[in-house]
Amino acid sequence: MDRNRSTGNPRIGLVQFPGSNCDADCIDAMKRLFHIDLLPIWHDTANLPPVDGLILPGGFSYGDYLRGGALASCSKIMPAIKKFASQGGAILGICNGFQVLTESHLLPGILLKNAFQGFICKNVQLAVASGTSAYHERLAGRSYKVPIAHGEGRYYVSPDELKRLQDQGQILFQYCDEQGQVSEKANPNGAVAEIAGILSENGRILGMMPHPERASDTLLGSEDGRFILEAFLATVL
Amino acid sequence: MKYEVIVELKEEVLDTQGRAIQQTLQRLGHDRLSQIKVSKRFVLDVAGDEGQAAALVKTLAAEHLANPVAETFSIRKL
Repeated sequence: MDRNRSTGNPRIGLVQFPGSNCDADCIDAMKRLFHIDLLPIWHDTANLPPVDGLILPGGFSYGDYLRGGALASCSKIMPAIKKFASQGGAILGICNGFQVLTESHLLPGILLKNAFQGFICKNVQLAVASGTSAYHERLAGRSYKVPIAHGEGRYYVSPDELKRLQDQGQILFQYCDEQGQVSEKANPNGAVAEIAGILSENGRILGMMPHPERASDTLLGSEDGRFILEAFLATVL
Repeated sequence: MKYEVIVELKEEVLDTQGRAIQQTLQRLGHDRLSQIKVSKRFVLDVAGDEGQAAALVKTLAAEHLANPVAETFSIRKL
């Protein structure tokens, strides 16, 4: 693996699209928590620099025109990201980044308008679903308080595809209450099976609607996002 | 050549916009209104002969304008 030789830290790229707006939050969180300088990558290039992992940040790429993430999935950089993924590359897509991953078919499903229309910005509680991935093993045993901020976060897949995701342990996060109980009542956006985050078949790509980078300091109301970012880093290392 | 592509959510997928508009109008007293569904309409102007144009419109609708996970589309030549 190609490491940043001066610090021994992994090289992690941060893909920026027109309308990405949580990129600075990711840069700040990774720097402050882990002393990692993310490498910004503008969407308008066909080649990825040498990286060990990628983050696709939140925001409103292309103004969410057509569907959230749909136009970004046609960006010049996407074939290189798909190649990176096909080689087992570790990718974290947050919020709009999750939408870009589903629209690019790197993750199954689609993110639809919230069941109750409005944009939701609040802390939610995330339970870890059953599964055997490195993420599951690292994060299981507790729930995590992390904020969401989205208008199109209602995860949807067909019943057959949902069963496949469940059988293969690809569901990572589900909305739950403060006692860790997954329930429809705790589901803020109407997502199928209360899904907040899923993994690719190989467990290397995580897409999630909540923002771990916004829960990285007690001043922000929660530090739980740190554990999720650490779990991503563990897949990179 | 111009083509119209209509994209709508599958029957089994909740149309939140349609539901909100429908409920609001029903509240105004329009009790004969039973359902509103919201769709997207795209008008594509495409060069080439009709066979090529129709094939391109179908490809664009299937691969980009609609997401087959939750949406269906229909095409009409204008």
